[in-house]
Formats: sequence, C-alpha cells, structure tokens
Amino acid sequence: MKTKLVFDISKALLIARWKQTLVAAVGVTFSIAMFISLLGFMTGLNVLLDGLILNRVPHIRLYNAIRPNPQQPVMRDDAFKNAYHFVSSVKAVNGRQEIRNSTAIIDYLKSNNSVIGVTPRITTQVFFNDGNIDLNGMVQGIDPEQENRLFHFDDYIIAGSGSDLAKIPNSIILGKTLADLLLADVGEVIQITTTKGEIFQLKVVGLFQSGIQEYDKVQSYASISLVQKLLGKTGSYVTDIQIKLTNIGDAPATAKSFARIFNTDAEDIQTANAQFETGSFIRTLISYAVGITVLIVAGFGIYNILNMMIYEKMDTIAILKATGFSGKDVQKIFLLIALVIGFFGGIVGLLVGFGLSLIIDQIPFVTPSLPTITTYPVNYDLWFYGIGIAFSLVTTFMAGWFPSRKASKVDPVVIIRGK
Amino acid sequence: MGKIILEARHINKDFNDPIRVQILSDISFSITKGEFVSVTGKSGCGKSTLLYILSTMDTDYEGELFIDGESMTNKKEEQLARIRNEKIGFVFQFHYLLKEFTVLQNVMLPGLKLNKFSESQIEHHAMDKLKMLGIGHLAFKNANQISGGEKQRVAIARALINDPMIIMGDEPTGNLDKKNSEIVFDTFKRLAEEFNQTMLIVTHDVNFARKTHRNIEMEDGRIIQDKQLETVVKY
Repeated sequence: MKTKLVFDISKALLIARWKQTLVAAVGVTFSIAMFISLLGFMTGLNVLLDGLILNRVPHIRLYNAIRPNPQQPVMRDDAFKNAYHFVSSVKAVNGRQEIRNSTAIIDYLKSNNSVIGVTPRITTQVFFNDGNIDLNGMVQGIDPEQENRLFHFDDYIIAGSGSDLAKIPNSIILGKTLADLLLADVGEVIQITTTKGEIFQLKVVGLFQSGIQEYDKVQSYASISLVQKLLGKTGSYVTDIQIKLTNIGDAPATAKSFARIFNTDAEDIQTANAQFETGSFIRTLISYAVGITVLIVAGFGIYNILNMMIYEKMDTIAILKATGFSGKDVQKIFLLIALVIGFFGGIVGLLVGFGLSLIIDQIPFVTPSLPTITTYPVNYDLWFYGIGIAFSLVTTFMAGWFPSRKASKVDPVVIIRGK
Repeated sequence: MGKIILEARHINKDFNDPIRVQILSDISFSITKGEFVSVTGKSGCGKSTLLYILSTMDTDYEGELFIDGESMTNKKEEQLARIRNEKIGFVFQFHYLLKEFTVLQNVMLPGLKLNKFSESQIEHHAMDKLKMLGIGHLAFKNANQISGGEKQRVAIARALINDPMIIMGDEPTGNLDKKNSEIVFDTFKRLAEEFNQTMLIVTHDVNFARKTHRNIEMEDGRIIQDKQLETVVKY
C-alpha cells in the first residue's frame, strides 16, 4: 500500500481527535524533557564531582615506594637456597625515593603516542612556622605550566597567579585553609623549616582552594627547582612522574608495563580512586532509571489513548477492512499514529529539556568548596538527546503495538452486522 | 450464458453456541455477469451470513467459494482483502462513511488502496461516479454534512470506484425512507441496465426484490426458491 495513503488516514484520525493526541504528546514531551534535564543536571554534577578528584589526579603515577627489600641477603646465599627462610624484624630499606634516570624517562614518555603529557613532581614535608607554632605541611614541587595543562591547576587558584611560581624565585602557593591559619595573604612572606632543619623565607604568590578541606589545610605548591633546593638535591632529583594518557581506560595495563620498563612503582587512577567511578556509575544509573520510568508512564498514556481511539473508530476500521484494507494496513495506520505522537512529543520534549537545562544552568550555586562553580553544572551531551528521542520512539512504538494489533484483528462482520 | 462471476458450492456454516445450530446448509448457486440478484428471506434465515461469506469477510465455513473462477478457500487475510478491494464493491445498511474525510475522499479511498491509477486519475474517476449518481455537487462536503439518502449514494459511488466485478449490498435501503429507498433502488437498476453491473443484494424489502432480475429466497439456512423474474429484460 502506498505510504502516503497510510499517512493521510493517520493524519485524518489524529486531527479528528486532536485533543487526545495533544494530551498524549504532552505526556511524551514532559517525560523527555524531564529525562533530558535530569540527565544533563546529574551528569553535570557527576563531571564536576569526578573532576574534583580526577582532573587533579594523574592517570599513572611513577614513584619509588618505601618498603622492605623483597630480596633479603639470606635468599642470595647458595647454602640456603633450598631452605625455608625465617627472617624476623625486617625493616624497610633506606632506599632512594628519587626516580633514577628521570630525565630520560620523561623524554621517552613525551615521545610516546599514548601519553598526552608528563610532568615531574617532588613532594616533601615541611613545617610552616607561625610564631612558636609549627604547622605540619607538604610542599609539592611542580612545573606550573605543565601542571595547568594537564591538571587544570589554575582553576583552583583563587588569588594570585599560578605561573608566578616559575617567574618569582622563592615563591609558594598556599592552600586557602593553610593560609588562613598562617594569616598569610598574597605578597606576604612566610617562613618554613625543612625536615633537615633548614629555614627558608618564601613569598606567597597565590592561594588555591581544591574543595577538599583536609587537602587545603596541608598542601602548598612551589617550583621544582625550589623544592630541590629545600631538599638540598640536584636539578635531576624527582620523586614522582605524573602521566596523563590519551585513553584513561588503558591506565592499569600501561601502569604495569611502565613499572617494569622503568623499574619503579606505578599506580593507576582506577586503583587509586575506585570509589569515584562507582559513585558516578550509580548516579548515572539512577538518572536513567528515573528518566525511563517517566517515559514508560507516558507510554501507558499513549496506550490508553490509542485503545480508546480504536474503540471509537471501530466503524472506520471495519469499513476500511471491508473495502479492501488488510489487517496489516490497519495496524500500520495505528502504529503510525503512535509514532507520530512519539516523534513530535519527543522533539518538543528535547527542546523543552534543553530550555530547562539552560534555566538550571543559570541558577546560582555558590559553595566555598567549589571555587570555580557559580551556577549549577549542566551537561549538554548530544548523546542524551539521541537516547531521549530513541526512547520516545521505542516506548510509543511499544505502546502502539498492542492497540494496533487489536485494531488489525477487528472483525468487520461483527461490527457491520452489529448495527 | 455469460461468464460466471461468483459461484458457491455446498456452503455450510454452523455455530456451537451453546448447542450446534446450523445456519447455512448446502448452499449452491452461481451468478453470471450482468445479473441483478436479490436474496430475500425472514430475519435470521441466514441471508446476511451468506452474504458475508460470499464477500470473503467471513471465512469460517465449509464448502467452496469461487470469485471470478478463483477459489477463495485457504487464502490469507491479506489476499482476501486485496480481492475485496479489487473485485467486490460493498453497500451496507448503514453508510459507513468516514466522517474525517470529504465525500470525494471517501469515494477515493478504495481506489487509493488499490493503487492502480494515479491520485489525480482516481479523483477524476470518483468525480465521474458521483456525477453519474447525481451527487457531484456534494463532492467537497464533509461526509457527516449530507443527508441519509445522499450518504447511501456516496456509499454506492465508493463501491463503484474500482469498477468491481460484483456489488454486494446488505439491506442497502433498510435505513432509508420511501423516497430515498426509491432513489437508491433506481440507482441500482440503472447500474444493472445501463452499465451491465453484476449485483447481489440482500433485502427483506419485497418491493425491492420484485423489481430485480433474479430472486433467491431463503428459509432456515436453505435456498427454497431461485427464480428469474418476469420483469427481467435480458441483455
């Protein structure tokens, strides 16, 4: 049968019951709009929360862990080769935390295709001197430019400038909470004592706020060369190499191979932050579940309306069949009606959902723990819009399937003789 | 003898509700081209049931049915629909026009379904049929804006749109007053005499039946009389 004829008949039936059609379409619109805005909002929050940690965490971290030597001297002795070794009071070795040959490793990684970026770090403990109180803290030696490129360092600077670390000698960026404790502000000079007992005067060039209070209370950043100086080490001394990969999913496997190649320890992001992935997975799951539930409810609405329409249109169906329309043709007509409702309801739903997302995006959302955020985060991933329209078509198709099957089974004789 | 359009061979039908009741027993007859046949009988004698079997809409029967020399037994629903569309025109007691469409669109629908001609050709044919039945001026009115007699004539035009081999009518004048009944009857008569259209009309209107060419009378599911009428002018 000509498609145009199916369209014409469906259109006539739709227009004849335009109010019901509208109600059905509004149901779909509402659910799709909810689906889109809910997922956009949820994903926005997910990205934000994950970003709090994941943006700042390297995909792979190379370091030398402090631990007992797995090869105890007794094991190397041929005389005890086949014996069972009891070694008590094993202590961690005073091994070097330095990564051997760090310059060559960094050069190699920079030329590796699966690596987006590499930046070295040195971490050391210091005391921040505040009158007669010494506050325990950490100084991270970083390369501000690379750090910003890979880990959005500047996003968390709330005063001063991250790049000043490289420009101004003996400069430091303090965590916001730490700075509050020290009553230090940008431009002022603070005093620190290294673990070796040496005292340094450093100029505060910036404050940063990560959103995690515990972290902001102890962390501070300085340039690599300054930290090397604090430790009394040479320019090649590096304790950490942070690597960002093109594909985060490869991190566990790549970490293993790097650990073997470079003879260091390597920690991948999945192992270090397993709980975040679980959290975002659950949140996404909940949003999908709610969205789909709303859609299914709308599907029942369409089912009802089509069912009613079929009861009202029994005569029409009967005469169509009597004059030569087959059950399949009738089914096509009612399925098309359902799909038209789903399609237009869905399209309008996408637009309304987009509008709602824009509105949510404008609502102020200020919290001290998230310095870079001023409004609610919303994600505009096209994927959700694709899923939204696909779901609206699938649910309306399902909702239309049973009524249209019923319509196709209408026996014209029963209707016509019943008059 | 002309070509046989429709042939029924030993058609039986019964219901099992709650006891076995035979509705049609051993119905056999044939209709040749150009015949204007009426089927009469009392209410419940099975004449409508027979018509719906002959029209292929009711497939629950025993026996054989041939339309245009083709057996209707064991055909699929879709094939039967196609045969109804192409070879059979229907006029029911109630007009069954679709009120969502105009008169012209109603007439065109079976033609569009058949899809043998272009839409403009079908529209042209439909207009011709309406004019032939004297209701060309109603073409663009909505189907529920016209009178009962007019509706029935539109239904006849719809039955004619695909130039069917046979027109079947189930009490086509049953719902109409005397004047309109006459108009509708005259329409059928004209179709038979001017256009040599084969027709099978079920009716309990004796006046109507008397004026047709052949009358089949039924009682209790059997044909009790099948006679050519004197008024017949054979072509």
